[in-house]
Order: sequence, then C-alpha cells, then structure tokens
Amino acid sequence: MSEMHIDWAGLSPMIIVFAAAFVGLLFEAVVPKTKRLPVQVALAIAALAAAFIAVAANAGKSATAFSTGETDIGSVVLDGPGLFLQGTIAILALIAVLLLAEQRTTKGGDFVNEAAVVADSAADVAQRREPGATEIFPLALFAVGGMMMFVVSGDLLTMFVALEMLSLPLYLLCGLAKRRRLISQEAALKYFLLGAFASAFFVYGMAMLYGFAGTIDLNGINQAGISSGEPRILLYIGVGMLAVALLFKAAAVPFHMWTPDVYTGAPTPVTALMAGCVKVAAFGGLLRVFNVGLESSAWDWHMILTVIAIATMIGGAFFAVTQRNIKRLLAYSSIANAGYLLIGVIALGDAVGQTMFYLAAYGFTVIAAFAVVSLVRDGDNEATDLSRWAGLGKNSPGTAVIFTILMLALAGIPFTSGFTAKFGLFSAGVEAGEVGLVVVGVISSAILAFPYLRVVVLLWLNEPAPDAPTVNLPSPMAGTVVAAGVAATILLGVAPGFLLDIASQASTYMAN
Amino acid sequence: MSPEHYLILSAALFTIGAIGVMVRRNSIVVFMCIELMLNAGNLALVTFSRTTGTIDGQIMAFFVMAVAAAEVVIGLAIIMAIYRSRRSASVDDANLLKA
Repeated sequence: MSEMHIDWAGLSPMIIVFAAAFVGLLFEAVVPKTKRLPVQVALAIAALAAAFIAVAANAGKSATAFSTGETDIGSVVLDGPGLFLQGTIAILALIAVLLLAEQRTTKGGDFVNEAAVVADSAADVAQRREPGATEIFPLALFAVGGMMMFVVSGDLLTMFVALEMLSLPLYLLCGLAKRRRLISQEAALKYFLLGAFASAFFVYGMAMLYGFAGTIDLNGINQAGISSGEPRILLYIGVGMLAVALLFKAAAVPFHMWTPDVYTGAPTPVTALMAGCVKVAAFGGLLRVFNVGLESSAWDWHMILTVIAIATMIGGAFFAVTQRNIKRLLAYSSIANAGYLLIGVIALGDAVGQTMFYLAAYGFTVIAAFAVVSLVRDGDNEATDLSRWAGLGKNSPGTAVIFTILMLALAGIPFTSGFTAKFGLFSAGVEAGEVGLVVVGVISSAILAFPYLRVVVLLWLNEPAPDAPTVNLPSPMAGTVVAAGVAATILLGVAPGFLLDIASQASTYMAN
Repeated sequence: MSPEHYLILSAALFTIGAIGVMVRRNSIVVFMCIELMLNAGNLALVTFSRTTGTIDGQIMAFFVMAVAAAEVVIGLAIIMAIYRSRRSASVDDANLLKA
C-alpha cells in the first residue's frame, strides 16, 4: 500500500473557511458580548478574503486532492470549473457577510438576540433593543464552506455531505429574524422539511447509482453508463432522484415551492446569501454531475431535463408578473433564472464557461438588489410591498437610480451584466443545438422584463404616499455591498472580456 | 433471501416515508417519515454493497446515519421554537406566508 498523498494547497480554501468557523464558535465562548460583533465580522471577512486568495493561487490546477501512488482518489477534484465557482462563492459570500453585519438599518441589526425566547412574548419585545446574536457568522461560514466543498466534490458521498453542510446552517439562519419572528420560523420549518425531503431523495438516488455502477465516483458512473451490465432501470431511478435533490436546491419548477416563502420569510441578508451563493453552489453541483458523471447517458435524461427547464423558465416568469411583494418578485425571478441556467446544464461541455459567467454576474446583481430591499423601511420593518415603493425616486433619488440599474440588469438591458450573461448563455445554447430551449428562454425573458420595468415605472412616475417609507442611510457595510454589486453589474456589462476569458479558460472538467 | 427482497423492502419503506411526508400534518411525524426514507436509502446502500462486492455502500450508510443525526438536531430545534410560540406543531397552522 503506497502512501496517501494529500494536496494541502488545493484544500486550503476549504480548510481556511472551516477553521475560521470553528474559531468563530470559540470566540462566542470567550469574547465578551459587547466586543463580539467586530471580532466575528473581521474574522469572517479575513477568512473569506484569504479563501479567495487561496483559490486564486490554485488557478490552472487540474488534479485530485487525494491520491495513493499513481492512483487518483476522486472525492475532491480541483479542476477549472470547481476552482472558478469556489472563487465566485468566496467573493459573493464576502459581500453577503457585510450585509449580515449591517447594524444601522434597524437598531441592533436584523437578527434576534436569543432565538430560544418565545416569539412575541414580553421577553421577546424586550430583547428587540439588544444587538443580534453573532453566532450567525460562524453559521454562515459553515454554509459557505459546504458550498465550496459541493462544487469540487467528485463522488456522490462527498457531494451529499457537502450538501448537508451547506443546508443545515442555512435552515437555522432562516429562522433567526428579529422582527416578524413567526414568519421567519415558519420559513425555516418549510425550508427544513422540504430540504430534508430532497436530501432523502439524494441518498436513495445515490444508492441506485451505486448499485448500477458499483462505485459512487462520478467518472466511474460515467464509465458504467457505457459498460455496466446491471439493469438500466437502476440508472434511470438514480438519475431521477439525484436530479430531484439538486433541482430542489437550484429552485427549478416543480421543486420551487419553497423559494418564494423562504425568500420572503428569511431575514433579507440571509435571502441575499441564498439567492447569490446557494444558486452558484447548486448549479456547480448540477454542472459537475451531468457533465462528468452522466454525460454518457445524456440521451436518457435529456428529454426530462428539457421539460423541467421549459417549465421553470415559463413558470417563473409568469408567476413573477403577478407578484405584489418585492421579495417574492425577486424569488420568482430567481426561479426563472434557474431555468435559463438549466439551458447551460443541458447544453453540456461548451456551455460550462458561459453558465459560470452567468452565475457570477447574476450573483452580484441579486445580492445588491436584496441589499437595497433591506434599506427601504417602514419604521423598523422592511417595506416589501411594492405599492409602498411608489415614488421612491422623488424622495430618495440615489437609491432609486441604483435599484433601477439593478432591475434593468435583471431584465437583460444592454450595457449591464444581465445582457452579456444572457447573450453568452443563449448563444452557447444555440451552438449546442438547443434552439428550441433558447427560443423559450428569450420569450420568458421578455415576459420577465415586464415586472422589472413595472417596478422602474413605479419608482419614477408615481407620486409618493404621504407616509412613504424612509431609506435608511447605510453604514459602510451595506453601502459597500450595494456599491460592489452595482459596480460589478455595470463593469461586467461594459467590459465583460476579462471575466469571460477566465471563465472560458476554466471551463474544462478534469478528464479521467 | 436474495438481495432483491431487501431492495423491495427498501423501496416499500421509501414509498411509505414519501407518502407520509405528503399526507401527515404533524411536523414531527413528517420528520419521522423523512428519517424512514433515509433509512430506506441505507438499506439499499448496504444491499448493493453485497451485490457489487464492494465495501463502499456500508461506509456510506454510516455517513448517512451521522448526517441524519445532525439533521435531527437542527430539525427538532426549529420545530421546538415553532411549537413554543404557537402551541402547535401542525404544518397546516404554519400559514402566514401564503401569498
């Protein structure tokens, strides 16, 4: 038995994030309560920045992290798409963590102090003046570490553990809002029960593929798709159940039911983290499973995934039109965007680079959009009802201009990242021969542009109500989030070449 | 018994669990049904470990058990918090988020 070789440098981004999460837990025990917030924020920011640098230092690598002698052990695969998406997750999480730390919009921040206190009891009302719990930062780091593991996992067991690692802290984070706690807890319950249901499907699908291939290594499953003598029904059931679990995280129709409720109920900074980073991780997993593990059986799943993509694009766009609440509108837009991204998954190979660019561009825009949502307030609560946003351009032109740019980017207007990303993704789809899907995608984008533009009209052309919501002046925290998001949105729209080059260079999976 | 019997049992357990998730209203019972589905997956993993002659399946079953235990901790914490504020663990009573 030759000695195990471990690529520590390749694992370092994940090690940094997980180590910082554990150190954060330790800080909860030893640092006095009043000093915890700055310490935890500094630790989280430092960890995510260091993780991003560590990912950049690994750029160009194409190897497995573990090997014995000449044999690769494929549980963690550091290749182009994995590293690009790790970097994307680290940088988006860095921005989202700043939003978690925002304290000025409402006194003490958006998070509850003691989650164990019964919601709306006298003790709960009393603790609203207290600063929020700082456990959210280690929890967020665990979730981010799980996401970074998810996009590089090369076998189904590693993928399952990473999936749970990213989900479990998020279930808790969803339930920690300070205001409207009953709704927040309800969102956590819904997300948890449906998420656990989906992960049970993952386990059963994993078992079926293991029975079919005799291995859970994605490359091995791909080989078995050609050569295995086991009954092919095992492969079909396995692919189907695995797809259910992954499409649930990606919020594709018909597994999208949780998305609007959880996006609305969760504290807005957590929603931003989910809409930006979890989307990247979920599609990173989907891309890897279908490109590496199931490429040889593409004929078997192509049809069903196409149907799901069409349902997601059309369903998301149609439901978005009817929404009266800005967070629900963004949730349905995130569902429709999952449909566009599915084109990139179905197109396989050549579309991987464009799909990754789309994920990065969409992540920046949507995090900034949720940051703006968290700033527009009726007293202590967020003004999420769209009618309350009428005439915002008269009272707070700066915020309205920023939100207009973000809405135009989501609608895919030229000179924003939304346009370049959609254009690239759809042309990659056409090149892969998925013309029908792309036509549906274009129609869906046209429908989806309507609710975005209606928001823009509402902002500028309507008269504000006398008791219009106020826009809280953001502290440097939320200010940086909005500025970074808008800057990336415009930069990737005007000069996308830089990131597109990186994405297309990083678009090949490691061949076995 | 041949391995097929174990697979049929595992499929039956998974189906019972999945139906339970959809028809039962108490969140604790829903959660127990999800655990049943996970254990059905474990049974299938161990059976396939036997049929394919590899040890991976049995090791995976251990991982699934450990993850399921972590999931119980999180799940019961969330259900407890809801029960204490509402005096009900029914998933039908949690309806504030209806659009």
